[in-house]
Amino acid sequence: MSALIELSGFSKRFGAVPVLQDIDLSVREGEVVVILGPSGCGKSTLLRCLNGLELGHAGQYRFGGLELSANADWRQVRQQIGMVFQSYHLFPHMTVLDNILLGPVSVQKRARNEARQQAETLLARVGLLDKRDAFPRELSGGQQQRIAIVRSLCMNPQVMLFDEVTAALDPEMVKEVLEVILDLARSGMTLLIVTHEMAFARAVADRILFMDGGRIAEQSDPETFFSNPQTARAQQFLEKFSYVENMPKRKAS
Amino acid sequence: MASSGLELLWISAPQLAQGIGRTLGISALAIVFSAVGGLIYGVLRNLGIRWIDWLLLVYLELFRAIPVLVWLYLFFFGLPIFLGWSIPGFWCAVLVLSLWGASETGEVVRGALRSIPRGQREAGLSIGLGQAQLYGRVLLPQALRRMTPPMINVFTRLIKTSSLAVLIGVVDVIKIGQQIIERTYESVLIYGFLFVFFFLACYPLSAVSRVLERRWNHS
Repeated sequence: MSALIELSGFSKRFGAVPVLQDIDLSVREGEVVVILGPSGCGKSTLLRCLNGLELGHAGQYRFGGLELSANADWRQVRQQIGMVFQSYHLFPHMTVLDNILLGPVSVQKRARNEARQQAETLLARVGLLDKRDAFPRELSGGQQQRIAIVRSLCMNPQVMLFDEVTAALDPEMVKEVLEVILDLARSGMTLLIVTHEMAFARAVADRILFMDGGRIAEQSDPETFFSNPQTARAQQFLEKFSYVENMPKRKAS
Repeated sequence: MASSGLELLWISAPQLAQGIGRTLGISALAIVFSAVGGLIYGVLRNLGIRWIDWLLLVYLELFRAIPVLVWLYLFFFGLPIFLGWSIPGFWCAVLVLSLWGASETGEVVRGALRSIPRGQREAGLSIGLGQAQLYGRVLLPQALRRMTPPMINVFTRLIKTSSLAVLIGVVDVIKIGQQIIERTYESVLIYGFLFVFFFLACYPLSAVSRVLERRWNHS
């Protein structure tokens, strides 16, 4: 299969601080890649570079075979790469439906009725059709995040980027959002997911990308990564996540 | 006195109406231009382009530091001398008040735009919005709530400051009042009238601002 996203020697710095160094990455169509790593390792920046919210300083970025430079037509690219953020960022002054339709109608110039039908189908798919006329402030965090996913999906992108989309949610709302993502993965969509939900990463990923200090430290399939990580850094990272399981049990009194 | 006072106002009504027309004309035009100019200023300052920032900052500081009256004199007496342009007093007042008002409302717009979380901009960009759509559909509608009360405050100041136009020879409502006083010595009556007039011109704006503020606080 052909590579949809290709980075080679891709680097990015903030001022003098390097945040991405020499990234080589190739993502096939339909692949689900989960990016793990300690905070500050550059995983969010990597996602933001993919849709041009940040620009790289060196190296190449090809999307669908097309090389994207700093002055590329990012508006065109962004319509094909949906992005969902940690804090949802729904537009608070619009209803759910208007949030979803803004892109399809005013950017893609689609007929409102046709776009609306798709929006309603997608809303039904995430179980929120009855909220179409609500305002974001009337919804729970989990509901807002599902709407944000629909807002991106309604642009019919080829790739979806998820940037720690459950990190701001109450634990009981995490599941409803993860289920939506899992559903997308099963439908064969190309996904790049930054998350701290290890069990979810293991379940959804075709490939795990472990980043550290702005570099890709390790890439492997989830079984290998979680049961037999190749680098010491990844081992340490995983140990921190499993410390609860490894804690000695309290004696029953 | 009371009946003769009312009589005087009645007789002077056509003259006063002319003055009121000029005062309100200057104010209304200055308010419209200030609002439009302020929006442009605020958006431009928000783009973060260094040379534009620098240029607008010079403009802002000039209008902040130099009194409106001095600007009126500069435009009315200075431009004919230095550039050979002579602008009628009415339009000179509109121009100066608009430039001053735009610098004030511009800062209000800039502040309101800055207070909107960065994520709104990124969410807008990530669905492919262009800059114009981003501001027109996402950022400015949200900023509108935050900027309306302080903007209305600037508008009331524009109405009051329009009275400086007298000093470059515009026959506004105050000048008309002075002419009537010179003729009749009815200063209490005429100043009383001016008091009521300016109050009635400004109060509705303040009232609207308060209503909007209250309504938006609830939602």
